[in-house]
Amino acid sequence: MLRLNGITKIFGGLTALEDVSLSVTRGSITGIIGPNGAGKTTLFNIVTGLYTQTSGQVYLGEKNISLFAPERLAGLGLVRTFQNVELFGQMTVLENVMVGLHTRSKSGIFACAFKIPSQIREEKYIKEKGLKWLEFTGLADLADLTACNLPFGKGRLLEISRALAVEPQIILMDEPAAGLNSRETVELAGLIRRIKELGITVVLVEHDMELVMDICESIIVLNLGKKLAEGTPREIQENKAVIAAYLGDG
Amino acid sequence: MTKERYQILIFLFFAAAVLVTPFFLKGSYFLNVLVFIGINTMLAVALNLLLGYAGQISLGHAAFFGLGAYISGVLTTRFPIDPWLAMVLAGFCAAGLAFVIGFPILKLKGHYLAMATLGFGIIMYIIFNETIGWTGGPSGLSNIPNLHIGALLFDNDWNNYYLIWIFTLGVMLLSINLSQSRIGRALRAIHDSEVAARVMGVNARVLKVQIFTVSALLSAVAGSLYAHTMTFISPVAFGFNFSVELVTMVIIGGLGSIYGSFLGAAILTLLPELLRVFQDFDIVIYGLMLILITMFMPGGLISGLEILANFVMSRIRGKQSDA
Repeated sequence: MLRLNGITKIFGGLTALEDVSLSVTRGSITGIIGPNGAGKTTLFNIVTGLYTQTSGQVYLGEKNISLFAPERLAGLGLVRTFQNVELFGQMTVLENVMVGLHTRSKSGIFACAFKIPSQIREEKYIKEKGLKWLEFTGLADLADLTACNLPFGKGRLLEISRALAVEPQIILMDEPAAGLNSRETVELAGLIRRIKELGITVVLVEHDMELVMDICESIIVLNLGKKLAEGTPREIQENKAVIAAYLGDG
Repeated sequence: MTKERYQILIFLFFAAAVLVTPFFLKGSYFLNVLVFIGINTMLAVALNLLLGYAGQISLGHAAFFGLGAYISGVLTTRFPIDPWLAMVLAGFCAAGLAFVIGFPILKLKGHYLAMATLGFGIIMYIIFNETIGWTGGPSGLSNIPNLHIGALLFDNDWNNYYLIWIFTLGVMLLSINLSQSRIGRALRAIHDSEVAARVMGVNARVLKVQIFTVSALLSAVAGSLYAHTMTFISPVAFGFNFSVELVTMVIIGGLGSIYGSFLGAAILTLLPELLRVFQDFDIVIYGLMLILITMFMPGGLISGLEILANFVMSRIRGKQSDA
């Protein structure tokens, strides 16, 4: 599904990622873990086209997407959420999700300004679909609220709803549980499983080990910009190198 | 009543008010002021699409207004070209120029974009002044023909009022439609978080250039209308001061509100007239108003009106429930 081949990223003199290769199976939930500064977010930024890698390739299915811009990747069904929740704060909850349907609609400036019949139909479709995704994540009651007034946990859910509205093949979540309380984290785990049931591949970077061990089928461990280990949650928990990286090899 | 129905009603009410206003006015002075308010509203709405929705500043928008006016003026005074055709050409030329310069300048953000558009405005101002053979330079260009439809000539205040305001209402309606569509949402998304908008599949680079182009087109049409109704133009009207005035109209009226742009344009057109009694002190009052509005009403005057309307509505509802 998603395959990285020898990704290296150097910022000035600092090597953030060194020759990282990995692959994600279609329809799976894959976790990427590692201590702070391991290069997890950098990896996400490269895959989603926000950074350009120094060397290496990224493949989505058979397609080489190494140098694609984010907006083009969305059209191909690759979408992400952000560690610090990037909402459209001045827009309503429903409008946020409706932006997610941008690639699933096509009316241009003039069609929109003159409200031609096909644009009116499309607008209705966008609204219905948007509401459907809000129901999926349980935010339908808040549809008309301005997004910046949402509590943090709900903001996270909105960001996920918006990403789902793109109708992605694969969704990358950057620390989805950060800042959530334990009840919200349990709900998030349920939501991620339901997303998987839709046939969407999920990749997440996460620090909450309980969550990762609970929902991920395979885990990749990064440390200091290199891939340290990969395997099932059980294999990772027993891996000596991983334990050393997290606890120090004192 | 759905939100959409409600908005259609507001527009119809506004349009009706605009169309009957001249019947209640005596003399041509107010009619003339209202013509200016119409032109400024068109310009403020055009700039609002860029500044209020997409969040991209332009400190050179008076240049597109001037370009429209001069293309129309030069074509109709030097060549036997119909004013309507000249208006279409003016719109296309300004849009073409905006499209070409849009790709490099809209890569810039914040202060850098402000500086680049400011530079563009100054360059255009110099061109209007220095190409004396065509534009007449600082002394201006006169005897620009009026627009006409058959025997109906737009050469008096009453006719001009309807000409300008029909265009203004059209621009407002199209802009309202646009703002409530997928394009409008994509523009506001760019405003709030460009990176998130791109991840959602919004091609921010192209969309910013497109809206810049549309904004320039509308400004140039307003310029053409200005040239044909005033019949005289000179560069002073299209300088840096007017660019800043346009930005001020959009901000005090309300960023991202089409009716706010009307309010901003109306106030900034009327204010110099009303403040004449204060003579040189008018600039102080003017500045004070700006400071107070940006400090206490960051959503612009339109947001103040909304708060007031909601307050009145809740009082009325409260009284009904008491009864």
